[in-house]
Amino acid sequence: MDDIAIKATNLVKKFRDFVAVDHLSFEVKTGEIFGFLGPNGAGKTTTIRMLCTLSGPTQGSATVAGFDIAHQGDRVREHIGLVSEKMIMYDRLTAHENLRLFGELYDIPRNALRERIDELLKVVNMEKWADQQIGTFSTGMKQRINVIRALLNEPEILFLDEPTLGLDPQSTNEIRDFTRRINEDAGTTIILTTHAMAEADVLCDRISIVDYGKIVALDTPSNLKKVITGADTNVIELDVPNITPTLISDIQSLSCTQTVTAEDETHIRVHASGDEACDNVIDTVRSGAGQIRSIHNVEPTLEDVFLYLTGHEVREQVADKVTTQEGHSRHGSRVRSRIR
Amino acid sequence: MGVRSGIRHALWIAWKDLLDISRNRMGLVMLILMPLFMMGMVGYIFPSNSGMSNVPVALANLDAVQGNASLSTKFVAQLEALNNKTGMMDLSTVGSAADVKSNIQNGQQSAGIIIGSNFTSNLNSGKQADVTIVNDQSNPQTASLIQTQLTQVIEQMGTQTATYGLNQTYKTPLNYSLAQVAPYNIQTTGIVPGQTNYFEFVAPGIMGMVVMMSLMTGLPHAISFEREMGTLDGMLAAPVHRMSILGGKVIAQTTRGMIQGIIVLTLSIVLFGVVVQGSIALILGILLLGVFSLVGLGILITSFTSTEETATMIMMTLTFPMMFLSGVFFPISQMPQFMQVIAQFLPLTYAISALRKVVVLGVGIPAISTDIIILFGFGIVLLSAALLAFERAMKR
Ligand SMILES: Nc1ncnc2c1ncn2[C@@H]1O[C@H](COP(=O)(O)OP(=O)(O)OP(=O)(O)O)[C@@H](O)[C@H]1O
Ligand SMILES: [Mg+2]
Repeated sequence: MDDIAIKATNLVKKFRDFVAVDHLSFEVKTGEIFGFLGPNGAGKTTTIRMLCTLSGPTQGSATVAGFDIAHQGDRVREHIGLVSEKMIMYDRLTAHENLRLFGELYDIPRNALRERIDELLKVVNMEKWADQQIGTFSTGMKQRINVIRALLNEPEILFLDEPTLGLDPQSTNEIRDFTRRINEDAGTTIILTTHAMAEADVLCDRISIVDYGKIVALDTPSNLKKVITGADTNVIELDVPNITPTLISDIQSLSCTQTVTAEDETHIRVHASGDEACDNVIDTVRSGAGQIRSIHNVEPTLEDVFLYLTGHEVREQVADKVTTQEGHSRHGSRVRSRIR
Repeated sequence: MGVRSGIRHALWIAWKDLLDISRNRMGLVMLILMPLFMMGMVGYIFPSNSGMSNVPVALANLDAVQGNASLSTKFVAQLEALNNKTGMMDLSTVGSAADVKSNIQNGQQSAGIIIGSNFTSNLNSGKQADVTIVNDQSNPQTASLIQTQLTQVIEQMGTQTATYGLNQTYKTPLNYSLAQVAPYNIQTTGIVPGQTNYFEFVAPGIMGMVVMMSLMTGLPHAISFEREMGTLDGMLAAPVHRMSILGGKVIAQTTRGMIQGIIVLTLSIVLFGVVVQGSIALILGILLLGVFSLVGLGILITSFTSTEETATMIMMTLTFPMMFLSGVFFPISQMPQFMQVIAQFLPLTYAISALRKVVVLGVGIPAISTDIIILFGFGIVLLSAALLAFERAMKR
């Protein structure tokens, strides 16, 4: 087996004049979990749809499992599994009937299919629910069936487009564990899109940060974070109970400050460079009569990386799309829309 | 991916769709209620015979006595005089009763009037004379129209004939003359035995309409809905040929439509007393052919619209006029000229015409071969265009 699972070269997708994917080139190695991280509308889903042959690229080319997406669509489809943003499940069919249908579409021999379905149901603890209509399931249960549906044909490459969207923390963790297990046990290459930074951080071997249809950075999570520390940027978190907009703009206007973001009513997060960064920020807050309850120099997260690289936040629009997303409470109060 | 696995995939997709339909209670109720509602509503609202003109009618005067002494000649002259005023019929003379029937069967005429061979002699001897109206049961309105006309002629002539009879036969007792005031015995017979009834006319039309509309609305719905739900991606991302997906959808929707068609047929027979003269198998065959002729249109619409809502809207706009123009409720020959022209371009027109001939006239395949060929042609052309469009649309 080739050690390159996916190779994309200058992929472009235009919808009329709007460029959704802008000359993307990347390689995904066989056996890795490769993350696409980016805000709404970054072009993650569009890219995945092109790789799954659901949508033709406007320009550029790509090979998936060694086959050309434009000319060998059928061969590509034999080797991939897809968990898309919308569930691929029929509500009036039972879990078993759904799996049966897709198994038959992959031409899996009857007996092998029966065993495979039983085995997969067991893995996600859903044997008891096999003969119930999907429509009666909770979102978490549906998603478990949806994910094993994509595994019926034992794909070499599995596409997971926001697989934990709308799930509660417990289901989210289950899906994450399961994703890791598929990757480790079967050696399946996984392409994962998400805008949950923490998810990408814990799951992915490599992450490409996409914004406006372009890859702004592509590396391992730890290397990505070094972009910040290596650039001598400090991430400072302050708890100031009497914070005011004036204070924030004062900090913003400091020469050492790169960005300031308000996390909630009292917490702000400052990216600032230089040895005096911390002192300068403290002085500014104090001289503006701000009370500092606590101040930390924190480890940068992928979110900070994103902010540093793009100058804007990932979560700007995310909060109104997903209400159950973890960490939402920390960021939910401030929803600005992103205008193009 | 061979043809066999392609067909297997199509059948699995159809199985899925039918399972889905069968588990949708409300949908099932509607599936059964819709044809019932259609039949009932249409049957009671539409029987009317106003506004007909120039209905082609064959006239056979078989009276043994011709020439000056013939009373039938007078009868015909009277009829023509009246018809010139109203312009309802377009009379043409034929030689025999058999000609009348064959002309009606091959569509040259819609009805016929046969004057019996003893017309003059019966009248002269004070008996009743026979006039038979032969009508095409597939068009009941014509029958009642002609009957009305003849009754008028007879009412006018009756007095004259009575006077004539009295003058000729002085010695005839008075009661004979009185009997001659209404001397004609008019019988209405169809080409096939049985009563003419409007349901017999509309039932084939509704059957064709229900099946084909069911497909036309069901198909775009089935595909657009899945596209919007995102489930279509599951099939498209699997090694399944696009044709299998379409095929599965078509099989499922056709089955659904055929079930409705069979419900209409059963209701017509059981509740509305329709007598099916032709073969049921042929009826089902025509329904399937009708479906085939329209499948392409359904797919085309699906391909050119991105949401279920638009698809449904376009379907409604297309199907509503189609229903009226294709002769479901009124014979096409009674429509204004431009509508008749439009009707020629609707597959439904031919399906309904063929169905009507089989149900009402009891004809076999030879008599409807033109309809069959035209339907087939529609099917091939629309389907080829549709497949190209669909392939393109799926890549958007
Ligand atoms: N079929 C389409 N027609 C027109 N525009 C489209 C279409 N599909 C996507 N887009 C646009 O392309 C851009 C990228 O969309 P895409 O769905 O790939 O983003 P994403 O990164 O998956 O975002 P999200 O996090 O919301 O899922 C968006 O601005 C979207 O509006
Ligand atoms: Mg997306």
